[in-house]
Amino acid sequence: MSEDWDVVVAGAGIVGAACANECVSRGLRTAIVEAGEIGGGATAAGMGHIVVMDDSPAQLALTSYSQGLWRELASRLPASVEYESCGTLWVASDDEEMKEVHRKRALYATVGIASEVLDSRALSEAEPHLSPALAGALLVPSDGVLYPPCAAEFLVREAVRLGAKLYSQFKVISAGNGLVRLNDGTELRAPRIINALGSEASTLVPDLPIRKRKGHLVITDRYPGFVHHQLVELGYLKSAHSIATDSVAFNVQPRKTGQVLLGSSRQFGAEDSTVDYSMVAAMIDRARAFMPEIGTLSAIRIWTGFRAATPDKLPQIGPWQEDPTLFLAAGHEGLGITTSLGTAKVLVDYLMDGETGIPIDPYLPARFVRSEAHA
Amino acid sequence: MKQHFDILVIGAGPAGIAAAVRAAESGARVGLLDDNPAPGGQIWRKGAALPAAARDWIAKLDASPVVRLHGWHVFAHPASGVLMAESTAATDREAAELHYDKLVLATGARERFLPFPGWTLPNVMGAGGLDAMVRGGLPISGKRVVVAGTGPLLLAVAAHLAHRGAKVVAICEQAPVGRLAAFSLRLLDQPGKVMQGINYRWASRNARFHTGCWPIAANGQGSLESVTLQRNDQQWDVACDYLACGYHLVPNLELPVLLGCRIQNGFVATDKWQQTSIPGVLCAGEPTGIGGVELAILEGQIAGLAAADRISVASGLVQKRSRFQGFVRALANAVELDPQLRTLPSAETIVCRCEDVPFHVLGGYSSQRDAKLHTRCGMGPCQGRICGAATQFLFGWGADSVRPPVLTASFSSLAAASCAAGHASNDILNQNRKDTHTL
Ligand SMILES: Cc1cc2nc3c(=O)[nH]c(=O)nc-3n(C[C@H](O)[C@H](O)[C@H](O)COP(=O)(O)OP(=O)(O)OC[C@H]3O[C@@H](n4cnc5c(N)ncnc54)[C@H](O)[C@@H]3O)c2cc1C
Ligand SMILES: Cc1cc2nc3c(=O)[nH]c(=O)nc-3n(C[C@H](O)[C@H](O)[C@H](O)COP(=O)(O)OP(=O)(O)OC[C@H]3O[C@@H](n4cnc5c(N)ncnc54)[C@H](O)[C@@H]3O)c2cc1C
Repeated sequence: MSEDWDVVVAGAGIVGAACANECVSRGLRTAIVEAGEIGGGATAAGMGHIVVMDDSPAQLALTSYSQGLWRELASRLPASVEYESCGTLWVASDDEEMKEVHRKRALYATVGIASEVLDSRALSEAEPHLSPALAGALLVPSDGVLYPPCAAEFLVREAVRLGAKLYSQFKVISAGNGLVRLNDGTELRAPRIINALGSEASTLVPDLPIRKRKGHLVITDRYPGFVHHQLVELGYLKSAHSIATDSVAFNVQPRKTGQVLLGSSRQFGAEDSTVDYSMVAAMIDRARAFMPEIGTLSAIRIWTGFRAATPDKLPQIGPWQEDPTLFLAAGHEGLGITTSLGTAKVLVDYLMDGETGIPIDPYLPARFVRSEAHA
Repeated sequence: MKQHFDILVIGAGPAGIAAAVRAAESGARVGLLDDNPAPGGQIWRKGAALPAAARDWIAKLDASPVVRLHGWHVFAHPASGVLMAESTAATDREAAELHYDKLVLATGARERFLPFPGWTLPNVMGAGGLDAMVRGGLPISGKRVVVAGTGPLLLAVAAHLAHRGAKVVAICEQAPVGRLAAFSLRLLDQPGKVMQGINYRWASRNARFHTGCWPIAANGQGSLESVTLQRNDQQWDVACDYLACGYHLVPNLELPVLLGCRIQNGFVATDKWQQTSIPGVLCAGEPTGIGGVELAILEGQIAGLAAADRISVASGLVQKRSRFQGFVRALANAVELDPQLRTLPSAETIVCRCEDVPFHVLGGYSSQRDAKLHTRCGMGPCQGRICGAATQFLFGWGADSVRPPVLTASFSSLAAASCAAGHASNDILNQNRKDTHTL
């Protein structure tokens, strides 16, 4: 069987789902192919923190743009998506980190993200279970939390409602030169193919610089009111994003269900999904340092997931230099839930030869070719 | 707490008790762990006159040097040769690190529940569940009880409840009479089981016994008032105070799966000596096939002896065990669920009680994992232990993956599991601090 489409999206994780939804909304005849469950890959593992981060100017641009898109969409999200604008508290341990709080506040203001500095007392009032010894925090009220698998499902259902076709439980065998082959022999022809396979993206595009970065999460029974904001240690960027080593960071999230979700660890070179208790213990010890009482909560499940990491921690969005029909939307590391909406907008703007809402250049896959040539 | 055992047995039902007792005969240091406060498992519960075999085995256990850990549940397997357990005492949730050379899994089975309108009303419970509550002191004398579902457990429960003064108003077995007759014939070479059946039926002789019949609704405002029964195209209401309803048993596979044991046709695969696919890990009793107490005791003994390297003694029992193979198959055939039971739930019937997931949202998903990720079915504290068996029957889904902790455990206990795995979380934390300060 052979079919013609304007665009074929491979992968229905949150990124593929957002891309497909964006394509149909712009009037493109769209097909989506997903081998497993919708949002069953990294999207089923991620914390679902919608967060503005400033590891680099390009990251700040994409996360703040995307966070705004989620807020616009919020009123249309069904209850199952569990979207809640609970805000982020970037927790500072000492005076040195308080300086960082002020720096961050000023920087966020430049992209229109309002935030508020809390001193030690205000922080204790906002989160009574945090250690009173902490110096303070930066509150970013516009950040939020959602439940990623249902967000992906919502975006796919919307796309299908608007005319997209979902090939569920079909595996893409090859994609390129305007042709997508499925495992049952079906051929989908399209002048534009979007590879949104997350950490599997390189299975269809050899030489793609994407590595798996394993993470652990622990979820508890229901403890309504135990925490109110997503809590992240300010050292997070430095500790959790160091490329070379295994690391953990204090990262605690209130779920709409009343559960507490504890993150997070980062490991390279661990390719199997088994639970590594040394990572779990490190996460718990780190969390106890900030929130002593957390040790008494009951955990009901631990799981692992794989982030799709690129060398510069920015996603790959845009055309693949070796094939004019192939476009990438992959490599979103630990921020793909947040940046899925921005990715889809930027990529589809670009596809339609329109102007992109934020400059696409920092995310173009060609950047790695260039930097390799210069090196 | 940290302990080492030559042989560690998990589960103190008939299989586990027999395994521990026989393993200890060799002089090995044997541990027996169970989450209940006393030995006996599901069937040899306190509060009722125990059968002779039960008294006998519990006496042997009492006389043995077996180290007993009652009131502990296993939650993790952080490294080969180690299990982590947490105390079930509400006040202190101490963690224990249990090292072993050989492990015998005797984790038993649980009742299967099928959702139908009203099944979440108070006083609607499992057949074994109500039985256990009565043994635990629930007054049942003079109460009207309907016992329903499938399997030999129904008659045993009805007999016990009648003995305690309950008015068993109906016993409903979903299997048709023809299949039951075939099963009874199959039992003729097991006179003990026939006599047991006759005794049970005699004890509950005042109850109506219906075959090919099941409850389609439990009715009442806030609490149970009556059940609607259905047989062929007939439906009628029976007033009652309790509905004890269980659709046979499903094995407790969480721990064997966590350990990586191979599962075949829904049960733990074992060889002649009850050895699983994981070296040094044996399995006995219901997880290897539902076959009742006598088989469980035999398997437990074989596992205990084999774990203690007393193969020659065990081989005599292997002979005896082979006689039960036909019984296990015949029982499985007899209690096979009628496909019509798939139509029991109405759109609004709750399927997952932890997360309040109604039946109608589950249609259209491809697997248990798919449904779980998008509807929260099976995501709660019981991790699908109750609804999983139901959705496997209702939708033909396979089982979802097992992740630690296999039963809820505190964060502190989880952190303790790391030391057991031989790691120090400090290594990672120190690394972490260095990063924080150098960047
Ligand atoms: C522990 C952890 C915590 C995280 N926390 C957050 C957070 O708080 N906030 C945030 O924004 N992000 C977070 N992330 C990151 C986020 O989860 C990912 O960036 C995001 O889910 C990536 O989505 P994706 O669609 O690119 O990939 P995926 O969700 O992996 O989707 C790829 C899809 O492609 C399918 N597929 C693969 N191969 C084929 C094929 N050949 N044919 C057809 N289909 C195929 C897969 O089945 C899968 O569904 C976290 C990640 C982890 C691991
Ligand atoms: C925001 C959020 C909240 C969540 N809340 C809950 C919750 O409250 N309750 C809950 O139960 N879940 C919750 N989940 C987790 C979810 O149910 C899954 O556990 C998670 O998506 C990981 O997928 P999985 O468990 O199906 O598979 P995983 O456990 O990630 O397994 C993936 C693959 O690994 C294999 N695998 C499974 N176990 C092992 C093992 N021990 N060793 C090796 N391989 C293994 C599986 O076969 C599968 O192929 C939540 C997820 C998110 C994103």
